[in-house]
Amino acid sequence: MTSIPARPDLSTRTALVRAGRVRRSRRRVIVISALAVTVLLLIAASIMLGNTIYPVSDVLAVIRGESVPGASFTVGTLRIPRALIGALAGLAFGAAGTTFQTMLRNPLASPDVIGISAGASAAAVVCLVVLRWSGTATMFAALIAGVVTAAAIYLAARGGESTGGRLILIGIGIGAMLDAVVSFAIQRAAEWDVAVAMRWLTGSLNGSRWESVLPLGVAVAILLPLIVLLSRDLSALELGDAAAMSLGVRVDLVRILLILAAVTLTCFATATTGPIAFVAFLAGPIVSRLVGHGSSLIIPAALMGACLVLVADLIGQFAFDTRFPVGVITGILGAPYLLFLLIRTSRRGGSS
Amino acid sequence: MSSEHLLATKALVAGYGGKTIVDGVDLELPAGSITVIVGANACGKSTLLKTMSRLISPTSGSVVLDGKQISEIHTKELARTLGLLPQQPIAPEGIAVADLVGRGRHPHQKLFRSWTTTDDRAVAEALEATGVADLADRSVDELSGGQRQRVWIAMALAQQTDILLLDEPTTFLDIAHQIEVLDLLTDLNRNRGTTVVMVLHDLNLAIRYADTIVAVKDGKVHAMGAPSEVVTSDLIEEVFGLANRVSTDPVSGKPMVTPIGKHHSR
Repeated sequence: MTSIPARPDLSTRTALVRAGRVRRSRRRVIVISALAVTVLLLIAASIMLGNTIYPVSDVLAVIRGESVPGASFTVGTLRIPRALIGALAGLAFGAAGTTFQTMLRNPLASPDVIGISAGASAAAVVCLVVLRWSGTATMFAALIAGVVTAAAIYLAARGGESTGGRLILIGIGIGAMLDAVVSFAIQRAAEWDVAVAMRWLTGSLNGSRWESVLPLGVAVAILLPLIVLLSRDLSALELGDAAAMSLGVRVDLVRILLILAAVTLTCFATATTGPIAFVAFLAGPIVSRLVGHGSSLIIPAALMGACLVLVADLIGQFAFDTRFPVGVITGILGAPYLLFLLIRTSRRGGSS
Repeated sequence: MSSEHLLATKALVAGYGGKTIVDGVDLELPAGSITVIVGANACGKSTLLKTMSRLISPTSGSVVLDGKQISEIHTKELARTLGLLPQQPIAPEGIAVADLVGRGRHPHQKLFRSWTTTDDRAVAEALEATGVADLADRSVDELSGGQRQRVWIAMALAQQTDILLLDEPTTFLDIAHQIEVLDLLTDLNRNRGTTVVMVLHDLNLAIRYADTIVAVKDGKVHAMGAPSEVVTSDLIEEVFGLANRVSTDPVSGKPMVTPIGKHHSR
């Protein structure tokens, strides 16, 4: 009964609490800054490097709108949109992936593993290649298909004891079905080429064009800040619905907003670049090791997503004799980690 | 000092999926004291607690805080007055003790406001009060069950609510840790005047620590009052269907229930 009164050291204790918190958040700030700088450097590298290497002065001239022989087309029409779309798609995948993983408390629960990207991809390939719809119409078809896929997975997984594990398995199944739709649509298309096929099968930045930058950019500019604003509520949700509710979080509303935002980001990115394999899945787990546990991963994971896409695209373009689309490279990176998680999950005998 | 907030239920009916579990409860929880809800399994005591903390919406009737229905109070505002420690909250992997306790500050923080000294002080106080201050920078994963439960209570304390509801806060703890947690909650009640309302399974601990005991049977309040006044052999028989003898607890002087099983009567 005497543990509370007369604590002369409360101010000391407060200082200690503060110091610990500052120490942990400093690491986070350093990681975020380093990632942001890396993304900028990678964008610069993607713009400058290629068969012809253009110096910064030429790139700046092109950005200013001056006409530079060769560079105006290569840099202005091909490389800048490619770099921007790579970065934007990476931000979208990274943020969406870590949102799902945190909300469902399971590293397997990212939209590319549980079939949401596959839904968007299937809709996009059918609309573009088979129905020959315009880019904007395709975006919305992909968005609707992604939301419908997410809803279908959620409804099919409802009511079990461990919703997380069921949801992931059902998502993987639905994803496999939708991947088959993609293959089917590509086979049936009158004139299909390898580039188009690779985009919808694994994701690719080939053929990135300026008209795709704006819709994806707007989606990221609106939805990423929204998710960041909700990240404090997401931290409360991590403690379980009951705890979150008692902390004053409107659980159902926050969850719906987060799911819609993450699904929309995934769908816009997928409709632009195809389902770049495993970026959403890898970004969160990588940064959680870098920034430490217990703080929001949204911003660092988004930046890590952009790094992954840009690095993988540079590797795919220049590291080998043949040019590989970005998704092949991220697929090679991601598959072993997926295997590792699946093995660890089955060893534990649960849904992790 | 004592809590000025009054939590009450009016003709409260609640349940899951069309099944009525709490069936017409009128309850006024005494402010600034410890109330313990007891009852047999599936009698509705846990559902009652969850409905009082808004985790479950009432089928009919209402939960009232200071004369206002809790469904009409803004969620964050309510969370600054009424806290709940759920039965099995989930600790994020690898989180530091101080960071987990800091999440209790959520209802006090605004959308764009960064962490303040007030928040740090609330966390420090909560860590001190629960005796886990020295663990502040450790990972929650490394702690024992008893320590972990103290950390969760610390999180609820950092929320600084005048009313604290707890759903079986001693489950999964050994007897020494059960006493430790209940002593801690009593400290909290005596020193800060926090109104403590909890569901407990252990009848004798419930009697010892409760200022007011609420016996629930079939979704209704069967008896309510100070343990020394309401706990009788007949009451326990009615509520739990258990043959028993009630004597005086040699330590607290309160009633003590000894169950009579099939095999051990002298």
